[in-house]
Amino acid sequence: MKDYSVFDVVGPNMIGPSSSHTAGAAKLGSMARKMAGGNVKKVKFLLHGSFAQTYKGHGTDKALVGGILGFSPDDDRIKTSFDIAKERGVEFEMIPTDLGDDKHPNTVKFIIETEDNRKVEVMGASIGGGNIKITELNGLAIQFTGAYPTLVVKQWDLPGAAAHITNCVAKNNINIAFMSIYREEKGNEAFTIIEADDIINSNVIIDIKSNNKLIQDAIIIEGM
Amino acid sequence: MNFTNGKELLDICEQQNKTIYEVCIEREIDLTSKTREEIIERMSRSLEIMKNSINKSLTEDIKSVGGLIGGEAKLIKNRLETGKTVCGSLMSRAISAAMGVLEVNASMGLIVAAPTAGSCGILPAAIITVAQEYDLSDEDMINAIFAGAAIGAIITRNATVAGAEGGCQAETGAAAAMAAAGVVEMMGGSPRQAIHAAATTLKNIMGLVCDPIAGLVEAPCQKRNAIGVANALISAEMGLAGVESIIPFDEVVEAMYKVGKALPMELRETALGGVASTCTGCAITKKVFG
Repeated sequence: MKDYSVFDVVGPNMIGPSSSHTAGAAKLGSMARKMAGGNVKKVKFLLHGSFAQTYKGHGTDKALVGGILGFSPDDDRIKTSFDIAKERGVEFEMIPTDLGDDKHPNTVKFIIETEDNRKVEVMGASIGGGNIKITELNGLAIQFTGAYPTLVVKQWDLPGAAAHITNCVAKNNINIAFMSIYREEKGNEAFTIIEADDIINSNVIIDIKSNNKLIQDAIIIEGM
Repeated sequence: MNFTNGKELLDICEQQNKTIYEVCIEREIDLTSKTREEIIERMSRSLEIMKNSINKSLTEDIKSVGGLIGGEAKLIKNRLETGKTVCGSLMSRAISAAMGVLEVNASMGLIVAAPTAGSCGILPAAIITVAQEYDLSDEDMINAIFAGAAIGAIITRNATVAGAEGGCQAETGAAAAMAAAGVVEMMGGSPRQAIHAAATTLKNIMGLVCDPIAGLVEAPCQKRNAIGVANALISAEMGLAGVESIIPFDEVVEAMYKVGKALPMELRETALGGVASTCTGCAITKKVFG
């Protein structure tokens, strides 16, 4: 069983009223923004389960928009995030929907358009106490919590890709806590997710991307 | 250094002649590899937020997202100023603070979930009100929060602090147990007294259902934070006086978890039972969500 940190118990510091519906939603938004790797121009929020039913009363909508704007769960600006999004020209739409029976009741899918016209789809769930997990990236089922500094690498599913990535990680003196590889079909694109114990230095991205035959993209997501 | 239940925590405290907060801080250092200063600095920020949330509720006009609560903390405080309180000054200020923090929470203000957002009023109200009464320092309050957090960590590990899992007893009950232990240590009580106070607190609230009207963290949550802080202070008084819980803390936690799981789904934060399903509760739901 997990040993809880005192800050899991007294915390998170957050904008109310609900750790799972507000703080967790803000974290999901901010994680989706990081995974989109740039400024968000437009976003559709597909709300599932309890999120779809109670998002207005819990301020889930404001928290999601706040997260997309880069606000942390304790940022006072979450309360006025709709106005701030308008000022910054960020368009958004809340769409209550059914994402499927197998989804956690507090699930949201982000369909994001960035300022440089890329489309990124992220799905995640708020699993209680302000904790989250990311469950899908661009239609591919993946899994990580964002609690650790995380490296997300988009690669070609080819021999040597995983070895190249772990070599770069080792070279930069990063200890891997958890690592998983996800792919849709053999030989096509795949994702490696590495959750590390320590802060991940941006040099590792340069090293990983240096092999463009194996690697398409790599980003670092700071631990929350 | 680690502990997984109340007995282990108390054994460490008594064998090493340490307070609960000391053991809790040392455990956190081991667990996270952060320095003592970093950990205390982070808790000091939480205390700051707790103080501000109480202050905000007494100085600003607050309206909750659902519109069900707002301004009640001030009403309690105003009554105190008439000099005719039923509960006395300390208890009146404590319940006003607990209700106030919930108002801030329900209006999308900044709070510290302790252990949850729905129970966020109890721990700050108990510790800050008692500290004010006896002119205790920020350091004393921070230590009290650490002591409370140790109790919360044990309940989280061995039972639950989620209303959806264990009813309101798990949320406001856990918060009150944390507050009681913190107050006992802050007032010079022993770790043994603190743990007995936590056990008494949890027993006092056993069976409490979680039935938020319209599913909002507003009512009856706010008033249950008030009763939670009263329960914590009453139990702390008993603990400090040397009154012990006949059932040990760990067994109380286990019993609370069993009671929580035995509650039907309607009474666990679904807004389908309890006061949420009354005529008025349903009418409010319609009014809020159309």
